[in-house]
Amino acid sequence: MTHNHISSSFDDELSRLRSKIVKMGSFVEEQYKQASIAMKTNDEELADQVRRQDALVDQMDVEIEKMAIELVALRSPVADDLRDIVSTIKISAGLERIGDYAKNLAKRVHAINHNKTISVSSSLIDQMVKHIRSMISDVLDAYINRDVELAIDVWRRDQEVDNLYNSLFREMLTYMMENPRYITQATHLLFIAKNTERAGDHATNIAELVYYINEGELLDAKRPKDDSSNYLEIDIDNK
Amino acid sequence: MNVVDFIKDDQMAKAETAKIQARDVNVYYGDTHAIRGVDLDISPNAVTALIGPSGCGKSTFLRSINRMNDTIASCRVTGSIKLDGQDIYDRKIDVVQLRARVGMVFQKPNPFPKSIYDNVAYGPRIHGLARNSAELDEIVFNSLQKSGLWDEVKDRLETPGTALSGGQQQRLCIARTIAVNPEVILMDEPCSALDPIATAIVEELIDELKDRYAIVIVTHSMQQAARVSQRTAFFHLGQILEYGETSQIFTNPKVAKTKDYITGRYG
Repeated sequence: MTHNHISSSFDDELSRLRSKIVKMGSFVEEQYKQASIAMKTNDEELADQVRRQDALVDQMDVEIEKMAIELVALRSPVADDLRDIVSTIKISAGLERIGDYAKNLAKRVHAINHNKTISVSSSLIDQMVKHIRSMISDVLDAYINRDVELAIDVWRRDQEVDNLYNSLFREMLTYMMENPRYITQATHLLFIAKNTERAGDHATNIAELVYYINEGELLDAKRPKDDSSNYLEIDIDNK
Repeated sequence: MNVVDFIKDDQMAKAETAKIQARDVNVYYGDTHAIRGVDLDISPNAVTALIGPSGCGKSTFLRSINRMNDTIASCRVTGSIKLDGQDIYDRKIDVVQLRARVGMVFQKPNPFPKSIYDNVAYGPRIHGLARNSAELDEIVFNSLQKSGLWDEVKDRLETPGTALSGGQQQRLCIARTIAVNPEVILMDEPCSALDPIATAIVEELIDELKDRYAIVIVTHSMQQAARVSQRTAFFHLGQILEYGETSQIFTNPKVAKTKDYITGRYG
């Protein structure tokens, strides 16, 4: 972006739209943080708060989409302005999904923690959540600063999320084979892990959009994808 | 964080008293019924755009607002048009004063064949707005500055207004209109004769002026109406079929003919 538009109000509107994305993204990242704290400390009140606040995330998505559509209707944007504005609709939708996964994590707090005699725990979940949160935070920085290098960096980090997910998948299967009493918690953790892996995919999508907005082309190379859980089998008899 | 904070920075619609209220306005050119029973409120401190196909009456209606139609012999206006609650067609109204309060900018820039300074000073001189030459200088300076022209012409105020570029001439005409302290500025396709950059500069000027004046703009460019106005009225065969917030008209018009027109399905 070189000069400002001759229309200062157009500049203001674009700037407001972009900062709404950042506000929404920061809120979603915070949701994930609070959900994960609620999980670790078995704080059902906090979990409840995260669940309720998801409605705000949904409303922000609606607001952003409405504003983007109005900008298209009223400003007839072209070139980078058009890519910018249209991409915010997709970014907003991606952030809204990540928000849903954070809510989902909060919803499972009770189920995970209610049986005090059994404890299926995994440090891997914690690592996954930390990873996601830093991906979200960095991709928002990349977005607002138009930092293509940072976007590509986030894009590559999805591989680590996938690796963690594969490990966790194995770990949960092992738990479940060991003792049927573990099945409930292990299954919840599997869902949480899958959702978090999906959240990583959405953050990666956003990174791809940041690249597209600034470069005008799609990210060339295939996304580094290491989620092999779809093919995983563990043979009980030959553990 | 709550949603109210999130959307609070968006403009909220404010209930305002209309600067101009038109009720059941009909305009005839001889037997031709050009404007048919039009009701319209013009907001202060906002830009209202009048759009519609050629011949739909938008310019005729615009000219009724400062009684420019009086100059057309066959033209007859009925109904009421009120400025700050006062009927402008009342016999007591001084039409010359009215046209200072309600200024007009035309499609083809029409600077007087005078210097830039005299173009702007003409109106204030006639209306006796300056007691001495220092005050007149001040009025000329302020008007040229408010219309974004001062920096470009400050060193050549004695040169002819007609020597300026098209976009500059139009801004000079706007300066001329502002110099007599209008409350309303009517613009009849002010950018039709200008290139895209000059158009953008004038539109940015209009955006700034709306903070001080009520502006009504007739335009055949829907994109211009979309960019520049807060409210839009769609004229069709002498009637207003739809009038509302510009953002709503261009994202979800309520009337089928409005939608057909703005999406290019007209005809």
